[in-house]
Amino acid sequence: MIKVIELKRTVTDSNDRDAERLRRELKERGIFLINLMSAPGSGKTTLLSRTITDLSGKARIGVMEADIASDVDALKIDALGAESIQVHTDGMCHMDAGMTKSGLAGLETDVQIVFLENIGNLICPAEFDTGAHRNVMILSLPEGDDKPLKYPLMFQKCDALIITKMDAAPYFDFDLDAVKKRVRALNPMIRIFPLSAKTGDGMEAWENWLLNEWEKQKNA
Amino acid sequence: MHELGIVKHVIKTLHDVANENNVRRIGSVTLEVGEVSGVVLDQLVDCWNYFREKDPLVKGAPLFVERVPAVTFCTSCEKEYPTVAHGKTCPHCGSTETYLLKGNEFSIKQIEAEVNEDA
Repeated sequence: MIKVIELKRTVTDSNDRDAERLRRELKERGIFLINLMSAPGSGKTTLLSRTITDLSGKARIGVMEADIASDVDALKIDALGAESIQVHTDGMCHMDAGMTKSGLAGLETDVQIVFLENIGNLICPAEFDTGAHRNVMILSLPEGDDKPLKYPLMFQKCDALIITKMDAAPYFDFDLDAVKKRVRALNPMIRIFPLSAKTGDGMEAWENWLLNEWEKQKNA
Repeated sequence: MHELGIVKHVIKTLHDVANENNVRRIGSVTLEVGEVSGVVLDQLVDCWNYFREKDPLVKGAPLFVERVPAVTFCTSCEKEYPTVAHGKTCPHCGSTETYLLKGNEFSIKQIEAEVNEDA
């Protein structure tokens, strides 16, 4: 029998459900998952290295590096004593909930906070729910203050925006107030953390927010 | 190639639908795609035509696409205008206090399906 089935269902519906399930499972396992998204070269690994060092003793941290190829980032994280997992997406431009789940299955130690370093790209990763508890975007100062105008979805999806490489401000025409205004027009609830992972300026505000959100997730 | 990933997600969702509705085979799929959803239709159809041959559930099924025009609403003068022609700036009053009413849809509208008789 042939029949027409009316659906009106979003194309990512199946992934959205997987993501919800993964979020619940991780909470039960006591894992707080952060999806970190940015353009290539924004300083994700430098930011993470500093964060891992600063929070040692407060949280056991794991990092899942999603790349199309190579393991250069994972080796840097390993050197700090945090557990790292390398995931290759085989050419795909984003991570989805299924890939995140299989990646996390590779965790060998009892970690509490896991950072998913998503593929360096400001478009596709914003469209697919990974199952993370919080979404965080990194924008580095040299990328320019016009990015919220060009990639609105990414700024809409994130709970926090970290602006890295603030120590380079004297050399660039980057208008921090304009960025804040543009970002808040897209997402009034977003938290914004300008910092320099190199000098350490501003790191504390971001780390306190992270620990605070982790606390909220534990009690949710 | 963003569309490749999207097609994989469409097929994954279709498998859920098939399980829920006792569907044996899908004869055609109709998508609703907004004008500003960021999907390149030619590439989407190419990827679909490639992937459908690898999956018995959708083998040979044509993909139909209904385009939804993008419309923006201006909160200053309370008029609507076509998004693609004018972007975020209202052509009636010049305000940028505007928001998208429709046009970023990306959903599976309907499927034609062969359903198991004993359902």
